[in-house]
Amino acid sequence: MCLAIPGRVEELQGRFGVVNFGGVRRKVDFSLLQRCKVGDYVIVHAGFAIEIMDEADAEETLSLIRQIEAALE
Amino acid sequence: MDLSRFQDRSLVQRAAQVLRKLAPDEELRFMHVCGTHENTITRYGIRSMIPDSIRVIPGPGCPVCVTSTSEIDQAIEIASRGTTVYTYGDMFGVPGTRSSLKQARAQGARVRVVYSLSDAIKISRESEEPGVFFAIGFETTAPTTASAVLSGVPEGFSFLVAHRLIPPALTSLLDMGRIELDGLICPGHVSTIIGANAYRVFAEKYGIPVAISGFEPLDVILSLVDLVRQHKDGAPRVFNEYSRCVRPEGNRRALEMMSEVFEVRDAEWRGIGTLPMSGLGLRDGYADLDAARIYRVKTNSRQSMPPGCRCSEVLLGTCSPTECPLFGSACTPARPVGPCMVSGEGTCRIWFQYGGYQKW
Repeated sequence: MCLAIPGRVEELQGRFGVVNFGGVRRKVDFSLLQRCKVGDYVIVHAGFAIEIMDEADAEETLSLIRQIEAALE
Repeated sequence: MDLSRFQDRSLVQRAAQVLRKLAPDEELRFMHVCGTHENTITRYGIRSMIPDSIRVIPGPGCPVCVTSTSEIDQAIEIASRGTTVYTYGDMFGVPGTRSSLKQARAQGARVRVVYSLSDAIKISRESEEPGVFFAIGFETTAPTTASAVLSGVPEGFSFLVAHRLIPPALTSLLDMGRIELDGLICPGHVSTIIGANAYRVFAEKYGIPVAISGFEPLDVILSLVDLVRQHKDGAPRVFNEYSRCVRPEGNRRALEMMSEVFEVRDAEWRGIGTLPMSGLGLRDGYADLDAARIYRVKTNSRQSMPPGCRCSEVLLGTCSPTECPLFGSACTPARPVGPCMVSGEGTCRIWFQYGGYQKW
């Protein structure tokens, strides 16, 4: 139910826009976001974009495993 | 953005290896409160990859499972009187007191399944017929209802609001001693809305380590690793593993919309009971959009779970699906007895689909 899927913003027009989910394009409501631009990755729940995804944070999380391994050695 | 690395087999195995190195001899019980987490954990066999001393226990994280039968009965009553009730697919087959919305539709009630509230509004506008949206779900979903209320809906469109809130439910259950845990895995998308700071109370007041987790296998294992480390350090805090989507303060705009439209109320959680200030209802200013008032449907709280069904215990992690005598025989996704066998977020349904572990 709280499933939300990441996708790339392709079009924005007022409240609505089009998000590409790995090839599937769908109209999405952007009313819950303050700012968003074409090219951003957003996380979409039940047809509403609920947050912009942060790529740098994603990279940082992926690097955690190396940090923890190093700390354990 | 390449998110596939969060599913990368070698990275996930390295994380599991770290967890095995860190695992203490004592048993640690980590509870999650999200059906999507249970889905990830069971589908990817995470319980089989981690040390036996770490128990990952599902809590009340399936919104359709905790929606009261009274609310389901109300939706059925409205649909049976001839007004179209729009519902998310998850809710469609969940049994109320006498039947589910699905069974009611087979008997002539007007029920339509939609992916999004926007679809319900569009269909209602084009058909020029009144409609009621069955607004269920946690904090992830509540802002979508609030946004629709604020932006205006077609004439005759209203909402049967059954939203629930995660943190107040958990604090009540902890205060009552009904859940026991050594760490909390918090739901990533609820947290996207309410923010990481909303969980500080668990670390600071209750002394429980907290990890806000994403939904890929690597996310879940990294969260478990951090919970174990917090335990070893003896310093509970809020670890935001899902920082790519969760900000400390959450989604302010969504929170403002929720607060404009809803007031916090006591709410009944199916199989658990009434938990103080754990639900949302429309404020008086939006009474003309409140289907429960418009259609004057009654509230009853007689029931909870069907006879023999152990969903009440499954929801609090005190019974695993395979410990229920009905699981997989009298209760299957095709013929569900209890709500946990219906939704793709229900623990029993997930274990039936992917094969469960014998214990948590």
